[in-house]
This record gives sequence, C-alpha cells and structure tokens, in this order.
Amino acid sequence: MMLGSRRKQARRAEMVAKLTLGAMATLVVGLALFIAGYIVYRGAGAIDWTFLSDIPKNRGREGGIFPVIVGTFYLVAATALIALPVGVLAGVYLSEYAKRGFGTRAIRLAITNMAGVPSIVYGLFGLSAFVLLAGIGRSLIAAALTLACMTLPVVITATEEALRQIPQDLRQASLALGATRFRMIRTVVLPAAAPGIVTGSILGLARAAGETAPILFTGAAFQMRKVPDSPFSQFMALPYHIYAQVTSVPGWSPQLVWGTALVLVGGVSAASVMAGIWRSAQRRKIKW
Amino acid sequence: MVTMIPAYNLTGSLPTLDDEDMTAQRIADSRFTLEDVSVAYGRDQVVEGVSMQIPSQSVTALIGPSGCGKSTLLRCLNRMNDELGNVHVSGRIALDGQDIMSKAMDPVDLRMRVGQVFQRPNPFPMSIYENVAYGLRTQGIRGRHDLDALVEESLRGAALWDEVKASLKKHAFDLSGGQQQRLCIARALATKPEVLLMDEPASALDPISTQQIEDTIAALKDSVTIVIVTHNMQQAARISDQTAFMLRESLDRPAHLIEVGDTRQMFTNPHDSRTESYITGRFG
Repeated sequence: MMLGSRRKQARRAEMVAKLTLGAMATLVVGLALFIAGYIVYRGAGAIDWTFLSDIPKNRGREGGIFPVIVGTFYLVAATALIALPVGVLAGVYLSEYAKRGFGTRAIRLAITNMAGVPSIVYGLFGLSAFVLLAGIGRSLIAAALTLACMTLPVVITATEEALRQIPQDLRQASLALGATRFRMIRTVVLPAAAPGIVTGSILGLARAAGETAPILFTGAAFQMRKVPDSPFSQFMALPYHIYAQVTSVPGWSPQLVWGTALVLVGGVSAASVMAGIWRSAQRRKIKW
Repeated sequence: MVTMIPAYNLTGSLPTLDDEDMTAQRIADSRFTLEDVSVAYGRDQVVEGVSMQIPSQSVTALIGPSGCGKSTLLRCLNRMNDELGNVHVSGRIALDGQDIMSKAMDPVDLRMRVGQVFQRPNPFPMSIYENVAYGLRTQGIRGRHDLDALVEESLRGAALWDEVKASLKKHAFDLSGGQQQRLCIARALATKPEVLLMDEPASALDPISTQQIEDTIAALKDSVTIVIVTHNMQQAARISDQTAFMLRESLDRPAHLIEVGDTRQMFTNPHDSRTESYITGRFG
C-alpha cells in the first residue's frame, strides 16, 4: 500500500517536472521568435534598393544607409584582422606550449576578467589609449583596436576550446614521426581545430558588430556623406546610427531605424548561420 | 607484378644486393641496451631497475598485467615520455651504443630512427596518401616522384597496398579499423626507422585484423627491429623471438622486470615461478 502511493507521488512529481521544464524551454524559444519576428515586422517595410544603396538624407530621416553598412563591414573586418591572429596565436601558446602553473593560471584569470569588463569601459580605454595617448585620433583603426581588445578573450577561449577537442593521439602520432611541436601544430592540430576556432571567433565578432559603446568615443561618426576611405578616417556604423537617430534626431523615422536594426541583426545572423554550415561540412570530413 | 612476401618467411629474400647491404648495415647498428632504467611520474616511482638488451632484426615482446609499466618503458625508447610532462627517466638507454637520453640527442632525430604505432589507430584527418607522406615531408622530401615511390613501398610493407592503391586520395577515416592500423604502420615505416615500437597495436581490432597485423609484423622483422607491448600472451608466443615479463607486485612498489629471454624457452620452461603463474593464466 505504502509503496503504491509513493510510486504514484513520484510519477506525479515526474509529470510536473517534465511540464515545467518543457514550458520554460518553450518560453525561451517563443521569446526568441517573438523578438526576431517583431524586428522583421517593424523593419521589413524599410528594406528596398534605395535604403540599401543610398546615403542618409535629411539627417537620416530619409534616404538610405549604404555608408553605414559599409562602415560596419570595414570595422568588423579590421577588428577580425587584429583580433584573430593575436587571439589564435595566444590560444595556441596557452594550449600547446605553456606549462601548467601559476603563470598560466594568472593569464587565464586575466582573460576571464577581460571578458567581464563592460563595453563602455573599453570605449573609455580606447579613447585614452589609442585615440589620445597613441595619437591615432578618432578613426576606423582606433575603433577596431578597441573592439579587438574586447573580442580577444572570445577568440582565445574559442581557440583553446577547439584545440582541447583534438585527440591527444593525433599529437603523439605527429611527434612520434619526428615532427617538431611547431610542425605538429601547423600540419595536424590547427587544420583540425580551424572550424571550431572560426565559428567561435565569428560569434565574438558578431557581438563586436553590434556594440555601440566601444566605438562611441573612438571613431564612429553621426553623419558622413561617403564611405571611409582610409583606416584613419571616421566611419558610420549600424548600432551607432540607431543610437544617434533615436537620441539626437527630432522626428526620426521609426521605420528606417527598425530597418537599420533588421540589417544589423540579419547580417550578424547570416554570418553565424554560414559559419555553422561550414563547420558541419568540415565535421563530416573530420570525425573521431 | 608484385611478389608478396609470405608471412613467417624468416629468410625473407631481399630484392637486390644493394638493398641487402644497406639493410644489413642498418640492422647491425640498431640494438637497444637498457641499464638500470627507472621511471617516475612526479614522485611516484612506477618502473625500477630494468636492464635488458633488445637485439636487432627480431621481435621483442613486453608482457605483463595492466599497469605494470610496459607502455611506460616502451615510451622511453623514443623519448615520448618527454611529451607527457612530469615524467622522469633515469638509468642508461643506448641505441647502437649512443646514449639516447643525453642532452646531445634531439628527440626529433631519435624519433626518425625509432618509429611508433599506437594502441588505437590514429590516422591524421587527411587522405591515405598524405598520411603516409607525412613523415617523409617532415624529413624534407618534396619530389612527387620520390614521395609516390616511398608511399607505395610503405603501404606494401604494411600489406595495405592492394586494398588502397586505387583510392589513395580517399580520406583515411573511410578505412576500417584494421586498415587504419595498417595505415599507421605504413606511416611509421615510410621514414625507414631502424626500430618500430608497437603499443598493443591489435588490442582495438577484430580477430581477422589482428591476424593481418601479426602477419605484417612477421614480414617486417627482417628489415626493422620490433618491440611490441601486448596483453595477449598467445600473441607474444606467436610473433616474438624474445619476451620480457614485467610485474608490479603491489601498488606501493614500482614495477620491475621479472624475466627476459628467448620466447620459446619463456613459454615452455620459465625460470621464475611468477612468470609461470602469469603465462599459465593464474593471474593478470
């Protein structure tokens, strides 16, 4: 009798748990779909050829966002050019060369802390270090350096994580054939880890693409007639364009601003999806 | 037309006089001498006082229960323990009279002379051809003609050529487990090592693949000295000329070498009662 009622109780608890967990999961999916749907709903009307190819007119209330799109593209490309080599090489060093000990633990702690610094603080740091102290001035390169600092921890962590997935067997096979450590890394470890490194890094760069605070003081411009023509010129960027419209343009056009948001979110999602597809294509080739 | 070297052909007639001379020369030079070799992981002494000879042109089997330090001892011979960190090897190990643990010996050079095949097949995520060519490219061999010839020779040596000659560009992971292991043998043979270390090379394979690996070993020992770690006593009895029995009698004491000698004598009339207990299956 006792046993029967206890089992009934356990079955009821199981049912409740399953329903609650399922409801929360559905809520999260629903929320994500709702946000995406709402951005499309508000912004889709703005998307046409003029919007994508024209320069902003009437302080952004009319016209298009072509230089804004190009500005963000240049900014992310420059950030990647700085953050990827530095981050990947640092990650390789930490994973393949560094001996476990106080030194590496201190470096890892520093990286974790770097990832936790608020983006506005990066903006302030970029302003005083790159714009003023280094004398680069407010420019694409100063903003890219600032965003690169912010993205570095993501790239380093993605690299270390991807390298950890490579079986020790492969490293040993290479070393046992008389390869030096560097040759082993170059010919076996890095090629196999590349998909993971790239996907992880793209997530970090996608976040950088959407940041306003780090570029606010370091190079983003409110109004420019043309796309930036040198690394030292200022630039327009999608997130900053949205911010500037809403805070400093009386009578701003909600449709154009939501359209800008849609372009930003769409571009970032497209990059993530493409990275995902490429990665799973590589996975099929590399399996263990 | 290819003449396959039959398994267990101990005389192994070699193709040309030139090759024969070179092979004979190489074989005479490749002999391991271990004197009082001990290994510690950190403070934990795991192997103590191993002294033995590993004659060239023969198969030496290291047998013993799990955790008796066979693989650890094997890894001393190509200094792979260096890569594990916190492993300390003491004593003297000489390859053809040359101390391989001295500072003057670059482990990279040593590993070109002493190849290794691992317990689980571990081909690189590349084509079959590139796997075999890897060590050759490491040695700086670039010419397509030379590479093609050496890749074919190595795959023949590992008795894999006929199965893969039409699909050298295929990914190594498309091969079966047994084929992958023979590919790893071919990869290790490509750089023409004097010694081949094998760490339980058939333990992850099915009986037919195991048989093929054993046939390969038998065919290879005329041209390369083989040291094989195995759990399988029948395997040791079948393929080896010399057997070394290692044992760790309790966890607070390091493992040591109980007995080493001619395989046939070891398996029919061992000197030590512990060897007899092990080979008759009373423990392990």
